[in-house]
Amino acid sequence: MAVASREIRDGDLVFVGMRLPVLAYAVARNAHAPTARGLFEVGLMRDQPAAAFLGTMGDPPNVAGALWATRMSNAMALMAQGRVDLGFIGGAEVDRFGNLNTSYVGDPHKPKVKLPGSGGGADIAILSRRWVTLMSHERRRLVERVSFVTSPGYGDGSPGWRTRNGLLGGGPTAIITTLGVLRFPEDGGEAYLESVHPGHTVDEVRGETGWDLKPAPTVKETAPPTGTELAAIRRFDPEGFWTVTKA
Amino acid sequence: MKLMSMAQAIERFVPDGASVAMGVALEPLIPFAAGHEMIRQGRRDLDLVGPISDALFDQLIGAGCVRRITAAWVGNVSEGLGHCYRRACELGVPRALEVHDHSNFSISLALWAAAWNVPSLPTRTLLGSDILRMNPDLSSGDGLVDVRAVRPDVAIVHVQRADELGRAHAWGPLGITEEAGLAAERVIITCEELVDPEVTLSDPNRVVFPETKVVAVVHEPGGAHPSPVQGHFKRDHAFYREYGVQSRSADGFEAWLRKWVHGVRDRADYLKLIELDPIRITQHRPSAPADFGFE
Repeated sequence: MAVASREIRDGDLVFVGMRLPVLAYAVARNAHAPTARGLFEVGLMRDQPAAAFLGTMGDPPNVAGALWATRMSNAMALMAQGRVDLGFIGGAEVDRFGNLNTSYVGDPHKPKVKLPGSGGGADIAILSRRWVTLMSHERRRLVERVSFVTSPGYGDGSPGWRTRNGLLGGGPTAIITTLGVLRFPEDGGEAYLESVHPGHTVDEVRGETGWDLKPAPTVKETAPPTGTELAAIRRFDPEGFWTVTKA
Repeated sequence: MKLMSMAQAIERFVPDGASVAMGVALEPLIPFAAGHEMIRQGRRDLDLVGPISDALFDQLIGAGCVRRITAAWVGNVSEGLGHCYRRACELGVPRALEVHDHSNFSISLALWAAAWNVPSLPTRTLLGSDILRMNPDLSSGDGLVDVRAVRPDVAIVHVQRADELGRAHAWGPLGITEEAGLAAERVIITCEELVDPEVTLSDPNRVVFPETKVVAVVHEPGGAHPSPVQGHFKRDHAFYREYGVQSRSADGFEAWLRKWVHGVRDRADYLKLIELDPIRITQHRPSAPADFGFE
């Protein structure tokens, strides 16, 4: 969570997705990005994180003190104009080129698993200037190619795929997992292993990845959460609703 | 007379086979009481239209009321998967579904297209997404996606207050509420508070729909539970969690349905089963009034 919050730069307009990103935004605001603003597809813009726990972006504490309470299409208008710097998207499956599947595992006409769908994920992936995905690091989730592209990353990985297909935004910059950080090159393409979280190894991460994950020349250890970051996590998720693993 | 009971409103305006927009404010103000009444009346073959619906669509699917889903997301926002949606799509239980996948942006555009009475609207979203391959209402060419209009027969919207003539005030984020109401043939309002016209007309900027679209007003306090209603109720996270756990199995879902839908006569009866105090909002923060003076 602390690692995800570090993707937010000060001054960013952040399209905050459902679930965990709500907490990442709150942590960033309190740690290193005091002038970031959050945009929520339900139809809200905020500066200060909500004063009480949020189970969803539409909870009443997120509305009180908002900069703007409006309709979804107005929030989408800003993103369609390229005015959203960073988006967060959760996913069930991601591949080496950053394509996300939140729709169908297996044949979409006879799915093995029906996932909830895009929500705003596809919109963020296509229209925000850059985006990051958060994922539990498991071999079945980090796959060679997703069976269904709900939210496109770099498509087939060929140079210029996004521009050729008319996608406005720059694409994914990182896949943040429970084991490490996978980063994309500046001009897109295939994700590489940038850092592993304390207590984990490069071999372990590669073993839990469904493709031949290439490590950076020097794989760093992810910096552990700072005191400020931990304090913010405890403040905004006091009962561990988002940060304690569910059974 | 637009003022009627929930049972009357569903009986009169939501026939079998209807396309019904609900949950259009996303997580808040979801008309769960209306959905439960459809289940009690045994509606069949509905086409549910909405952005995310936070568990309401999952319940109607599990109860066998649904033929088609036209939505961006069906699940349980704080818990994840929609288990009834999974069973329907993966196993055809209790029946198979036709799914028209959208994103949040594209379902909004589909409703705006209907609201403006044009066949479709162009957008750049969904370029490069396989959603384009799955939904016959979406096509692409010349670097744009064409989103065909979706025109619901009825939109059902829960609001904080309304008068009996159908002027509804809602506040907080509105999601795709306005385009859903304009696109729909008719609108059913369910409200926390029934107020005099002098209250609603004191702030015409806050009236969400033209009264000419509204065919029914149902005074249904607590009608959005477990979703939140700004100024009235917090979101009941524990209730969503319990639903998520119970609906994992078809039997568990049936038991849930027996207790919360078939086991009660109406919403007032349902609310007797819930401890409302922990989720009731008690610290009020009214906005400054707007001055509509004219001379």
